[in-house]
Amino acid sequence: MATARKTTKKSTGQTSTSSPPADNLLFTGRDWDFELIDRVNGAIEKIAIGEMGLDPYRSQIEVITSEQMLDAYASTGMPLFYHHWSFGKHYAYNESMYRKGFQGLAYEIVINSDPCVCYIMEENSATMQTLVIAHAAFGHSHFFKNNYVFQQWTDAEGITDYLSFAKKYIAQCEDKYGAQAVERLIDSAHALQSVGIHRYPRSRHLDLRTEREREQQRREHGEALFNDLWRTVPDAKLKRQPKPDVSRRRELLGLPEENVLYFLEKTAPKLAPWQREILRIVRIIAQYFYPQRQTKMMNEGCATFSHYRIMTRLHETGQIDDGSFMEFLHSHSSVVMQPDYNDPRFSGINPYALGFAMCQDIERICIEPTEEDHAWFPDIAGCNDGYGVLRDVWANYRDESVVLQFLSPALIRKMGLFQIVDDEEEEDIEIAAIHNERGYTDIRRALARQYDVSRIDPDIQVVDVDLAGDRRLQLRHDIVNGVSLEEEDAWRVLRHLANLWGYPVVLEERENDEVRKTYETQPSASFE
Amino acid sequence: MHIIDRRRDPGGKSLSNRQRFIRRARSLVRQAVREASAGRSIKDADKGGEVTVPADGVHEPSFRRSNEGGYRERVLPGNKEFVEGDRVPRPDGGGGKGSKASDSGDGEDEYSFALSRQEFLELFLEDLELPDLAKRQVMGVEESVPQRAGFQSSGSPSQLSIERTMRNAMSRRIALKRPRPDELKAAREALDALKAEEADEEVIAKAKAELDTMRRKMKLVPYLDPLDVRFRRFEQVPQPIARAVMFCLMDVSGSMDQHMKDLAKRFYSLLYLFLQTRYERVEVVFIRHTHEAREVDEETFFYSRETGGTVVSTALDEMHGIIKERFPADQWNVYAAQASDGDNLPSDNVRTLGLLDNVILPLCQFYAYLEVGHGEDGGRFRLSGDEPTGLWRAYQTIVKPDGHMAMRKVNDRRDIFPVFRDLFKKRDSAVAKGGA
Repeated sequence: MATARKTTKKSTGQTSTSSPPADNLLFTGRDWDFELIDRVNGAIEKIAIGEMGLDPYRSQIEVITSEQMLDAYASTGMPLFYHHWSFGKHYAYNESMYRKGFQGLAYEIVINSDPCVCYIMEENSATMQTLVIAHAAFGHSHFFKNNYVFQQWTDAEGITDYLSFAKKYIAQCEDKYGAQAVERLIDSAHALQSVGIHRYPRSRHLDLRTEREREQQRREHGEALFNDLWRTVPDAKLKRQPKPDVSRRRELLGLPEENVLYFLEKTAPKLAPWQREILRIVRIIAQYFYPQRQTKMMNEGCATFSHYRIMTRLHETGQIDDGSFMEFLHSHSSVVMQPDYNDPRFSGINPYALGFAMCQDIERICIEPTEEDHAWFPDIAGCNDGYGVLRDVWANYRDESVVLQFLSPALIRKMGLFQIVDDEEEEDIEIAAIHNERGYTDIRRALARQYDVSRIDPDIQVVDVDLAGDRRLQLRHDIVNGVSLEEEDAWRVLRHLANLWGYPVVLEERENDEVRKTYETQPSASFE
Repeated sequence: MHIIDRRRDPGGKSLSNRQRFIRRARSLVRQAVREASAGRSIKDADKGGEVTVPADGVHEPSFRRSNEGGYRERVLPGNKEFVEGDRVPRPDGGGGKGSKASDSGDGEDEYSFALSRQEFLELFLEDLELPDLAKRQVMGVEESVPQRAGFQSSGSPSQLSIERTMRNAMSRRIALKRPRPDELKAAREALDALKAEEADEEVIAKAKAELDTMRRKMKLVPYLDPLDVRFRRFEQVPQPIARAVMFCLMDVSGSMDQHMKDLAKRFYSLLYLFLQTRYERVEVVFIRHTHEAREVDEETFFYSRETGGTVVSTALDEMHGIIKERFPADQWNVYAAQASDGDNLPSDNVRTLGLLDNVILPLCQFYAYLEVGHGEDGGRFRLSGDEPTGLWRAYQTIVKPDGHMAMRKVNDRRDIFPVFRDLFKKRDSAVAKGGA
């Protein structure tokens, strides 16, 4: 869900009719209407597809009000979503921030779907509408359609249908089993959302439409097989089966399993079918958003580079006037602003800034390489096909790998990147590498790790459970670099987990095969 | 490319989520609402507005890595002075590390959001009701509701019952053997076929006659006849409604200082708010008294000043008079709340007691007495702050544990709401609890 950087809004725009300007100009002034949007879209298309070779989805542009934008925020930008109080919480929070004027609204929201849905705010000026269409309907849309992570993990065609299925299904469950019961289940599922992701693709291909049909089939199959007579068959004499050894047992359950929600859905002894289905819904939606986290920086880079190039070309060809171009530059430069580490505004590396700078840098290497570039990037330096290389970068890399391969020394120097090491056992923070010959590779590697989601998220896995015995679920957190779990939250999540599992749950934190800390909880109110 | 204008779409997509959130955080929000209302001026007591709840109660946990400890590497932009191997002291409080932790607002300690007036009042006045609202009166025509009562053959077009009409039409068509369009079509086709194969003249004539009969019948028996039309019929059913009147008696004599008057007014403003929101048909009568009592309007009651001696019985007399005149006790539920500092002309106590015990209480469903005291620093002119006042002592003699009278003392603004809730909370039995 890429949003243009939040900046406070200016006066509201009106949608009065603007006559098409006499010469080449697409528009004058700040007013816009639907015809103008259409004209602008055509002009952008010529540049984006004709010159840059972008390949976006068809687009569907939806004009919304600020209130609707707040609504969209609350449901993570999706046009429809199941109901849950946590979305209300985000809505209430954003609304009060917006009302107080602490926070402006995004100019647009774009959804990874086919056709690609872009929400644009009615109060944007004509220039801003041009900018957001270039940014979202072409930049992001191209990235969504072509990047391998999105292709592998998401099903752009099916997502809206699936969301509407999920919403209906959960509403039905609320009617059948009570809103409270459903809410409690979703609370627990949300707590485990971050460990509800398959990080490594399996052979199966996600298709959300069949997903919905399969749910139906599963239920019908269960109903067809139901025969009340089975209840009356006397229990077989319990034969003492030889206990399978631990490794066989784990193999049967597919352990270790990093996708805790998936494991619960398949194995939790006490859950009812509808509860499993809701876990599945939460898991599938979490999985849908997983690529966004892995490609945030380059996704924004792609969109920002595209809008920058498109707006520049529009200006060069006299399709927008100087005033509009200045307005665009003002907005653009505040989006790609990167405060220094000691600036009070600093809050990490701005993905827009880094993504945009990298795209520009890659293009520069292709067209005007220096000696250094030839040494570092022999493949692309001087190849003169900037757009071609960029399209390849946008299609075949995610943030971690793109930094690892394409962060050039020139850019490290330009941004003054440096690496620090903060070791608990040392008194001071050490500056480990700066922008010099020795430091380039280290900085590249360290920054790449910073974008590696599997390093940001704690590594938690279900390791063992004895279903025939005490059914105690065992999880393990492998501590990396001595950073343990946030304790208070870990306890809370485990309580949710124990309720879902229905039996005790143990989480061990291990570092180099030594147990550092053990959490153990009993279910307090398990789901029946 | 499509452009869709969504601006006209119904808003409030998040309304359901918002209601869920408020329900979820109900106890926290309720607490916040009550705290917010204590600090407000009387006029603003019922406004909606911002409330703040601790984020802890609506926290959504997840497994995440701790912000402290361990070995961390980080790449930062904007190096100006550092060279490799430099050591810098760790900034206080985790320094640069902290900023990475949360960007979604989850890290907030408190959580503020705005409530609408309605949401505010609902939480504010939750679980309150007038005790013993029992006497019901059957009223005249204006208090009736329409109720479905079958069908009739005339009525306004808006009440046309299409289903019933079509049913009648259909049964009439069947009974009179009106040919269906497909039958007619079949007959016509049969005739055409006969003509085509040049069958016997006689056969053709017979088929033709049959077709003509059918056509005639179709004309004679209409598809829909005015006879079929039915309208939904409604009957006005008189609705028994409960009528209630609340008497607000306030002492405004010289002995009531500003603080006490403020307390009493706060109590009444709560009461007034409560009645207005919850009961559409509750009449409120404001009586204020010094050594003489007068019925006043709301504005005067809350905002004007007066001073004088104190004779409580005058207010009770006035109330009795008004009941007799306007609110006959056999038709009205009568409630009364009295606020005073407990001072009364000593010689009047006996008369007051007699009046209350013998006349007023039997007429009332519930009588609340609120004694306002000095603030914490205002009590220094008294010998002992805990000494019961004359009126309190007197009233205590007539309060019965299962009676319709309750007495409470209030010394501070903060106590008003708890006391108010205590007096008007929902009870399982209709028994009003006795005083302290």
